[in-house]
Order: sequence, then structure tokens, then C-alpha cells
Amino acid sequence: MSIAARWEHFDHGADIGVRGVGPTKQAAFEQIALALTGVMTDPATVRLQVAVEIGCEAPTDELLVVDWLNALVYEMATRHMLFGTFAVTIEGSRLNATAWGERVDAVRHEPAVEIKGATYTELRVGRQEDGGWLAQCVVDV
Amino acid sequence: MDLSLLTRKSDIEWWIEPHGRMRVPGIIYATEALAREMDAKVYQQVTNVAMLPGIERASYAMPDAHWGYGFPIGGVAAFDADRGGVVSAGGVGFDISCGVRTLCTGLTFQDIELLKKPLAHELSRSVPAGVGSVGRLHLDDREMDAMLAGGARWAVERGYGTAADLERIEEHGCMAGAKPEEVSAHAKKRQRDEMGTLGSGNHYLEVQQVVKVFDPAVASAFHLRERDIVVSIHCGSRGLGHQIGTEFLKQMAVSAKDYGIDLPDRELACAPIDSPLGEAYLGAMRSAINCALANRQIITHLVRKAFAQIVPTAELSLLYDVSHNTCKVESHQIDGGVKRLFVHRKGATRAFGPGHPDLPAAFSSIGQPVLIGGTMGTASYILVGSLDSLARSFGSSCHGAGRSMSRHQALKQWSGRQVIDELASRGILIRSPSPRGVAEEAPGAYKDVAAVVDAADRAGLSRTVARLEPIVCIKG
Repeated sequence: MSIAARWEHFDHGADIGVRGVGPTKQAAFEQIALALTGVMTDPATVRLQVAVEIGCEAPTDELLVVDWLNALVYEMATRHMLFGTFAVTIEGSRLNATAWGERVDAVRHEPAVEIKGATYTELRVGRQEDGGWLAQCVVDV
Repeated sequence: MDLSLLTRKSDIEWWIEPHGRMRVPGIIYATEALAREMDAKVYQQVTNVAMLPGIERASYAMPDAHWGYGFPIGGVAAFDADRGGVVSAGGVGFDISCGVRTLCTGLTFQDIELLKKPLAHELSRSVPAGVGSVGRLHLDDREMDAMLAGGARWAVERGYGTAADLERIEEHGCMAGAKPEEVSAHAKKRQRDEMGTLGSGNHYLEVQQVVKVFDPAVASAFHLRERDIVVSIHCGSRGLGHQIGTEFLKQMAVSAKDYGIDLPDRELACAPIDSPLGEAYLGAMRSAINCALANRQIITHLVRKAFAQIVPTAELSLLYDVSHNTCKVESHQIDGGVKRLFVHRKGATRAFGPGHPDLPAAFSSIGQPVLIGGTMGTASYILVGSLDSLARSFGSSCHGAGRSMSRHQALKQWSGRQVIDELASRGILIRSPSPRGVAEEAPGAYKDVAAVVDAADRAGLSRTVARLEPIVCIKG
């Protein structure tokens, strides 16, 4: 049975945890990016009007997911955008991705809070017992 | 927190005795109730900080301490460069120089009672807040570097505020030792459109009323009387500080081993003060302090213009501007001598008492104002620094209420509309582009700020001067 891709948030005192689960590492990375958007707004409200290419590289999967989320935080902040869909490929220590989204619309998105950065707290990337992949960490808001 | 792990030194002081790799004790200032409420992670984080090289005296936690990144939020620790001491990006945090400034207005509640709505409207129109908002000021590369080197002094030179404001800001409005060349192009780009913006989350702009004076003599010296109206601004170094924190956290985590530092927690990422990486971080971090000071200075200018539109008789003068996420070089008494230490305050406010040489003349005989932010439905406090705080916590006190409930839980419990309506019925006007953001910041999601302030007072970290309650709150 294949593992369903999904994302969720988990509690962390002052901030918030983001988690992605999927059948592959790539899928878990795509899902955690949706969880990141979910901190700010419902990803389903984001129209897919602009594609942004993102690349990053890190020596471990854990550092890679933090870099990936921080690259998205940077793109969102400098382009004033939100993203609703992601396509990730990972080869070795290198991640390449496309993120689709649109400019922030305060009325339609009602964005709750901006994200300062992804942290190493509760940071985990790996295979689970059911064979699926999990990626998670806490983000500072 | 399991109190059986602590040695009770008094009603308000708890020690984690040195064990394992701890070089100094952990000292937590809290009432029994606050200590019991603290997350178990605070114990671990205070302990971990005590393991860092070159730490002096103790690893401290203020009464509002809670689970942070590496350091607890509400953590204070000082390091000696001559003993291999470190500077830690985790010990300053992502929102470098986040802080509070309070302005006196010369108005009383009666003066603005009927003008609350237009004032709230004008302030929310004037000060950009929330996700995706941009400032009206866009800096080119040259101006960006001038801002990072000059701080609030740069802002005043560009017409935002007056020279008199600078005397009422820590470091006289300009952090020395900033090196804009150590700030990455990414960090600068992230800041380009964000000057004069409030941000989101727990950041706010509030019009507040002084509802109670606890110390009339100090309140009088601060020009505060009951029913007076003040304005408080809580925000930090915006995207630039966040990006610097992100980049150096990674660099320090990756290179710690090369410096022979065995990190008890990756997020305690640090480098020797005298190392190239440590010096680069200090130069970038001080630039971010200047960014925060410039940002609050620009917002002050926008607030003054908004008041001039609605209440032309208002005269907004700066009481003080404090930062609560910093690392600063200060002289402290250690073992009978004076040492130059790198004092990290992560979610802790400097609280120098009377006679401290770093204070502006206006406060030299009284002690500095310590500005404590609360929630949009409860209260904020003004305290005064105490002489005892130097020996107790390197001259530090608490910084705010601290959350008692996660954003997730708060969202399940309240809707933004419900919070806004309930506060409106109590005479508090909330203006925010995000109802969800308001729900996540609901007053009920925070600890009792009065208990935190009382504990800081009883521990001798600072003394309570006045209680402020919100009338208008602009949230991101």
C-alpha cells in the first residue's frame, strides 16, 4: 500500500512545528513546504500564477530540509509571495525545486504571521516504519 | 519543570547545581508557581548554556523563561573572550534586537476618549503591518550600508525624528562596531522594502493608558502619571535580522567542531569571540541592531505624523528604547575585578540601575526604564533597573509574558472576530489585516504578565513603576 502524502503542524511553545509525510523523500519535502505555507494561510487559497525555481545544497538531509524551508522563506519575503504547490527533485546532497504561487493578497489570504526562519529544533528527516518518509522541524514566527 | 531537580536558594531563586559538563550553575529567578509552569526544556537549555566555553558566573533564566532555540527565551549568559568565550547566534536569536520603545504623548485619557476610532484608523493606515506589507522607504545599496552603520542616528539624519530621541535609545541610537560588509546580499535584499514596517506575530503598536503607578517618585522622573496616554512599539530588525540569524546559525553549527567546540545542542551554534567567524557575526549582528533601531525610529516618525493628524496637541517624546535579543560588550565585576564580557540576552531586557555609566544623563540617578510588553487584552509594565541586577543577572530582567498556549491551540479556541469583538466591548480597538493572526495572539494564549513582573521585582532584577493598559492595538 502506498503512503499518502500529507502535511500537518505540531505544537511548540511560542512557535509552530511543520511536518511533511510522503512515499518518497521528495514527497515529504514537498509536503513540509505546504505545511510552511499553512502557517501563514490555507494553501488551497493560493493561485498558481508564477513559478519560482529554487536550488540548495547541504551535507545532510536534515540540513537540506532547513535550507529548503529557509530558501522558501527568503523567496516569499523578497517577492512578497505565497506558494501553493511544489515539485522537488533531490539528487545526492542537491535539491532543485519549482514553487508555484502568487503575490500576497491580504484580503483573500488573510495571512496570519510571517515566518522568520526554519530552526534545528525537533528537526528530523528519515524513513518511518511503514516505509514512508517524514521531514519536520520548528519554524520561528 | 520538576522542582526536585533544583536547589531552592530562596522563594525566588532556584539553582541547577553544576553537573556533567556544566562549567557554572544554572540560576532561575521565578516564584514557585512560575518555576513549576516552566517547560522541562527550560531546565535542559539552561543546563546546556552552562556548558559553553568561557561562560562566567552562571547561566540565567528570567521569570518569563520558556522553551527557545538553544538558549531558553528569557536566557542570559556572559562570556569572556580571554577564557575562550563564545558568541552564539542561537543566544541572540532570529529577531536580532527585537525590542520595545515607549513614547509619552502629553495627553490624558480624556483627550483621546472620543478620538480613539479615527486614531486607530490613522495609525493602521500609517504604519505598514502584516505579511507582505512594504514600507514607503526603499534603500539602495549605499543607503542600506549607511543605515546598517548608523542605526537610529541615520534615521534622524534623514528626517525621521529628532536628535533628542537619540539620547533615549540604548547605545545612544547607534550600535558601535557594526560591519555592513559582513551582512549578506540576501539579508540586505530581504530588508530593502521592509524599513518602517511592524511585522507580525507578537509585534504590535499600542496606544496605552497608565492605569496604576506603583512608584510615584520614579514615575514622576519618567513623566508618567495615572491616566496619561503613552504609545509603545514592539518590533525588531525585520527580514534582515532573520536572514543573518539563519545564515550564521548554520555556519556556526557546521564549523563548531573545527573550533573544538562540542555543542550540547546544534541550536547553541556558536564560535569563539576572537575567531574570524565570531568577529564576522558580531559585525553583522551589530548591523542588525542598528537596523532595528532605525526601524523603530522610522515607525516613531509615522506615529507622530498620525497623531498630528488626529490630536494636534499631542507631543510625542521618547521615554526609552530597549532591545531584548542582543549580545553586547559590557564591563562586569567578576571575582573582585572588572572584566569585559559578551553578554547575551535572549528574550531578556537590560536593566541597569542608578549610576551605571552606560545610561543617558536623564536616568543616571534613577536607573533605566525597563519596558515589558504584555498582550493586547491585558497590560504592559514599565519597570526601573536596579543596582542589585548587576550582581544577580548581569543587569538583566524579564521581557514579556511568554506564551502559555501554542498558536495551534489558540486557533482552535478562538476566532479573530470573537477576540476583536470581546476586546471592543472592553474599549480596546484592534486593527489588523489578519483575523487569524489576532486569534493566534489572543490574550488568553499568554501567561499572566503581572506574575512575571512581580517575580522580577521580588528577585531584585528591576522594580515595578507603572502598569499600562491598551486602548488601541495595531497588529500585523
